[in-house]
Amino acid sequence: MLPAVSIVDVVKRFGTLQALAGVSLDIGQGEFFGLLGPNGAGKTTLISSLAGLVRPDSGTIQVMGHDVIRDFREARRLLGVVPQELVFDPFFNVRETLRIQSGYFGIRKNDDWIDEILANLDLTGKADVNMRRLSGGMKRRVLVAQALVHKPPVIVLDEPTAGVDVELRQGLWQFIRRLNGEGHTIILTTHYLEEAEALCNRIALMKQGRVVALDTTANLMAAHPGASLEEVFVRTLQS
Amino acid sequence: MIGFLTLLEKEFLRFWKVAFQTVAAPVLTALLYLLIFGHVLDDHVQVHGVRYTSFLIPGLVMMQVLQNAFANSSSSLIQAKITGSIVFVLLPPIPYSAFFAAYVLAAVLRGMMVGLGVLLATVWFVDLKIVAPLWIMAFAMLGGGLFGALGMIAGIWSEKFDQLASFQNFLIMPLTMLSGVFYSIYTLPAFWQGVSHYNPVFYMIDGFRYGFFGVSDVAPETSLLVVVACFAVVSWGTLSLLKRGWKLRA
Ligand SMILES: Nc1ncnc2c1ncn2[C@@H]1O[C@H](COP(=O)(O)OP(=O)(O)OP(=O)(O)O)[C@@H](O)[C@H]1O
Ligand SMILES: [Mg+2]
Repeated sequence: MLPAVSIVDVVKRFGTLQALAGVSLDIGQGEFFGLLGPNGAGKTTLISSLAGLVRPDSGTIQVMGHDVIRDFREARRLLGVVPQELVFDPFFNVRETLRIQSGYFGIRKNDDWIDEILANLDLTGKADVNMRRLSGGMKRRVLVAQALVHKPPVIVLDEPTAGVDVELRQGLWQFIRRLNGEGHTIILTTHYLEEAEALCNRIALMKQGRVVALDTTANLMAAHPGASLEEVFVRTLQS
Repeated sequence: MIGFLTLLEKEFLRFWKVAFQTVAAPVLTALLYLLIFGHVLDDHVQVHGVRYTSFLIPGLVMMQVLQNAFANSSSSLIQAKITGSIVFVLLPPIPYSAFFAAYVLAAVLRGMMVGLGVLLATVWFVDLKIVAPLWIMAFAMLGGGLFGALGMIAGIWSEKFDQLASFQNFLIMPLTMLSGVFYSIYTLPAFWQGVSHYNPVFYMIDGFRYGFFGVSDVAPETSLLVVVACFAVVSWGTLSLLKRGWKLRA
C-alpha cells in the first residue's frame, strides 16, 4: 500500500540555520503517528513543508503518491492541517469560517458535516459567534474544525491541545481516534508525552533538524523497561 | 471553480461588512475635493470647453476607483499575513491563477462601488453627460484591475503596515495625483507634459474622461492600448510571483 506520507532527504535552511538537515520518513496509511522533539527541533518546519507553506531546499515529499510541489492541488486536497499558531479571521463567525474553508476545498453544501464537527468539538453553541469573541481554547478548536471540513485522509495536528481544557482534550482525542478508526491517517506533534504515549502507534523523535529515533511506541518503551515515554525521550535526546 | 468563487465571495464580504469605512468614506473624501476645488475654480477655469466641476468629476471617480482597488487587495493580504490567517488560503488546493483572479476581481468590485458612489453623490452638482458608457466601463475595469494587481504585489511584498504605507504614499498617490485628475496636462509646461505621458494613470483618466465628454487629450484607442499593455505586464508579473510563492511560502 502507498504510504500516506513519504518524506525523502528533506533539507531546509533559514539563512545559516539548518531547520531540516535531511529528514527521511514514511508514514503508513491509517497510522496514528507522533512527531516529537524539543522546541526548535524542526517539527513545524517539516509539517509546513508537507503542507506547501515552506519550500524545502532539496528532497521530496509526497502525500499518497502526490508530490507536494509538482502535484500540489491533489496533495493539498488530501491533507488537513491544524497550524500551531493560534490564527483566525476576525471578519467571520464560526460557521462562516467553516463554510468558507469548505468552499476553498471545492465543497459547497457542507452543513451536515460542519454540524457534526461542531458537535464533536463542543462548538455548536458558538456557531454564530464572531471569531474575535471566542476564548483561546475555542479558537484552537475552530482551527481543528477548519482542518477537517474536507474530510482529509491525512490529518496533521501541530500541538492541537496547547491551551485546551481537560474536558475538550478528552473529547478531541475521542473524535480524532474515531477518525483514525475510520481510516484517516493522523500525524500529531505535542509536548504532552502522555498523550503521545497513549495515542500514537509510532513515534519519530526529532532533534536539530534530524530524526534521532523512529520506532513503534511499544518498541521505544521496551528499550527502556519501566521508563515513561518522557524518560525515554530525555535519554534518547541526551545520548 | 468553487474555490475561486469562495475566495472572491470572502474578499467581497471582507470589505462589504465594513462598507462604511471602505466605500462610504472614500466617497465622502471625493465629495470634499469636489466642493473645495469646484468652489474655488469653477468660475475661473474651463477645460476642453467644459466647466471645471464637470471636468473634475470623472477624474475624481477614476482616482477613487484606482486607489480603492489598490487599498482592497493590499490591505487584505497584509492583514492576513500579519495575523497569520493567510494560511487558510495557502493550505487549500486553489490554483494561483484563481487566487490572482479572486483578489483582483474583488478589488475591481470595491473600486467600482466607490466610483459609482462618487458619481451618484456628485452628479447633482453639475449636468454630466455620458457620451460613451462602454469606454467608461472599460477604463474603470482595467484601471481597477491594474491597481488591484499592484495592490497584491504591494501587500505580498510588505512585511509591516508602514512599508505598505510608503508604497501607497510614494508610488500610488503621486501616480494618481499627477495624472490629470485635477487638470488637463495641456495646461502644463512642455516638460511636464512629456513626463505625464510616461504615467499610465494619465491614460486611464484621460480615456475614462473621454467616455463622459467625447473629448480627451489623446485618442481613447491609444489610451486603451496603453492600459491593456500595462495590465498584461503587471498581471503576468503578479502571476509569476504567486507561482514562485514569493514571500508567501517560505
Ligand atoms: N520562517 C522562519 N524563518 C527563520 N527561521 C525559522 C523559520 N521557521 C522556523 N525557523 C527556525 O527553524 C528551527 C525549527 O523551527 P520549528 O518551528 O520547525 O521547530 P518546532 O520543532 O516546531 O518547535 P516547537 O516545539 O517550539 O514548535 C528553529 O530554530 C526556528 O527558529
Ligand atoms: Mg512547532
